[in-house]
Amino acid sequence: MEASKVIHAIYTDDDVLMSAVKKVKAQKHHIEEIYTPFPVHGLDKAMGLAPTRIAITSFLYGCVGLTVAIVMMNFIMIKDWPQDIGGKPSFSYLENMPAFVPIMFELTVFFAAHLMVITFYLRSRMWPFKKAENPDPRTTDDHFLMEIAIHNNESELTSLLEETGAVEINIVDKDEDAH
Amino acid sequence: MEYKISNRLRMGAIIMMVLGLMGVGYGFIDSHGYTEENITEKLAAEHHGHGDAHATESHANEHSDSAHGEVASHDEEAHGGLTQHEEHALHQIHNRPWSALYVGAFFFFMIALGVLAFYAIQYAAQAGWSPVLFRVMEGITAYMLPGAIIVLLIAVASGTIGHYNIFVWMDPDVVAHDKLIQGKSGYLNITWFTIRGIIFISGWALYRHFSRKFSIAQDSADDNRNFKKNFRISAAFLVFYIYTESMMSWDWVMSVDPHWFSTLFGWYVFASMFVSGITVIAMITIYLKSKGLLEFVNDSHIHDLAKFMFGISIFWTYLWFSQFMLIWYSNIPEEVTYFVTRIEHYKLPFFGMLAMNFIFPLLLLMNSDYKRINWFVIMTGIVILCGHYLDVFNWIMPATVVDRWFIGMPEIGAILLFGGLFLFIVFTALGKAPLLAKGNPFIKESEHFHY
Repeated sequence: MEASKVIHAIYTDDDVLMSAVKKVKAQKHHIEEIYTPFPVHGLDKAMGLAPTRIAITSFLYGCVGLTVAIVMMNFIMIKDWPQDIGGKPSFSYLENMPAFVPIMFELTVFFAAHLMVITFYLRSRMWPFKKAENPDPRTTDDHFLMEIAIHNNESELTSLLEETGAVEINIVDKDEDAH
Repeated sequence: MEYKISNRLRMGAIIMMVLGLMGVGYGFIDSHGYTEENITEKLAAEHHGHGDAHATESHANEHSDSAHGEVASHDEEAHGGLTQHEEHALHQIHNRPWSALYVGAFFFFMIALGVLAFYAIQYAAQAGWSPVLFRVMEGITAYMLPGAIIVLLIAVASGTIGHYNIFVWMDPDVVAHDKLIQGKSGYLNITWFTIRGIIFISGWALYRHFSRKFSIAQDSADDNRNFKKNFRISAAFLVFYIYTESMMSWDWVMSVDPHWFSTLFGWYVFASMFVSGITVIAMITIYLKSKGLLEFVNDSHIHDLAKFMFGISIFWTYLWFSQFMLIWYSNIPEEVTYFVTRIEHYKLPFFGMLAMNFIFPLLLLMNSDYKRINWFVIMTGIVILCGHYLDVFNWIMPATVVDRWFIGMPEIGAILLFGGLFLFIVFTALGKAPLLAKGNPFIKESEHFHY
């Protein structure tokens, strides 16, 4: 596996980080990744990340949940064991539908919410027993880390990052196989 | 920044009112064409009118037979009066123009009151995103006072000038034969009804008057005293509002079916007025933006209004369904009759309204990007407003005209009449103050609001 060199610039303030990201992007450098201790509003736009598609998956999961609820209630209440509840014999799904609406609603929400969160974790490459990718434990406390790949422009990048207010700049060999 | 109602809009509003008055007038004159003397023939003609559609050759004989039969029976009854069916039909025909007028008046009044509640919430919550929209909201709430007075006047007039055309409990003859209404007559009587109405309206109008006054005064003030006053009266108003709005919904809407009651009716009416009001805020904001005004309102404000339209539409559905399901499931005759009438005679408006108020906004406004496309918000807004007009229609009409409903001249006339008045008053009020509430302490935050 090919090992590549990356540069790690560390910041101590999210506002400084934001302006640094804008400067680096203005110089047309590609930012590999940014590690922050908390979500920084607007960072995704500044980095030029594509808009998330998680809402679409959520909608699809919701549709699955709704379908599961309909099929399940139809089997349980109409096909398998029809009962006469409150003078409303369960012989037709449509006629008994109002009684199933709360279940349809709950399963739609349940599927949409849970599967979306699971999708989000997987898409972020966070599964159980996963080794943390975080290159510097301080980014879980009060430091922000910007990672940029080096393509024979080490000195140029270093001076640019120093200008943007980085408190620490490290050049590390990154093993692509690590994750 | 300043806005003046354009001549075209003013003329349009006046033409709407004139056309509306003609429609309403036609409704009353037409219904007065039905009298005790001719109701029998008219009903018979109506019956044959339907029959003609399926006419066959044998129809001619049938026609003459039944005509003879009816003439004979009419002669017999000449002294005894009308049959019960004829009497009911006559009353329903006379109720229709009153109810149509009332539905139209209530719909536009409810928009203004919904906006007033939304406005008060913005102040009480010290919201930072919305102050750029305050002048639009203040313009809409200008219609609250005249709108509410019109609704109350129609309600009272129907029981004094009219022949108890909207509220049966106003009719002493009905009450005399009705144990249930007798039990409620301590609350449901015209005097007490009027006094309550005046208390509700004066409370709302006082808040609207002072909040507008402080809001204007804040524009040129160099401290935040007026804003703080507005914060306090808004919180107080919201307490007053949630009680009076609920009671208003019992008085002005639920009491058309005096035997029937629902404990969450106040909330349900509130959801309707809230979503209609927010929709109108969004529509008028987009209209003013298209005129090159309100340049400080950005996409994110429209996005937030559309989120409210989406959210409150679902909230409305939640309340509508909560009310429906419990009554449908328990199936208690005195309760379920309310929905039986609606599902039997109002299938199209009843289920149509559900599609327009729930499925349309749910699907159209679900996507985040669509919430900032102006024409999309306008189109959805039109569907929501039509849906909530039907909602009001379904509250009133089944109680007063039962199966003799139609959306024809009297209904459209009332919409044009009060719609014209609404546009006239709202846009005149919008021209009376700068469109930016520049003294509001949150105005900078609101201008820079960005989602």
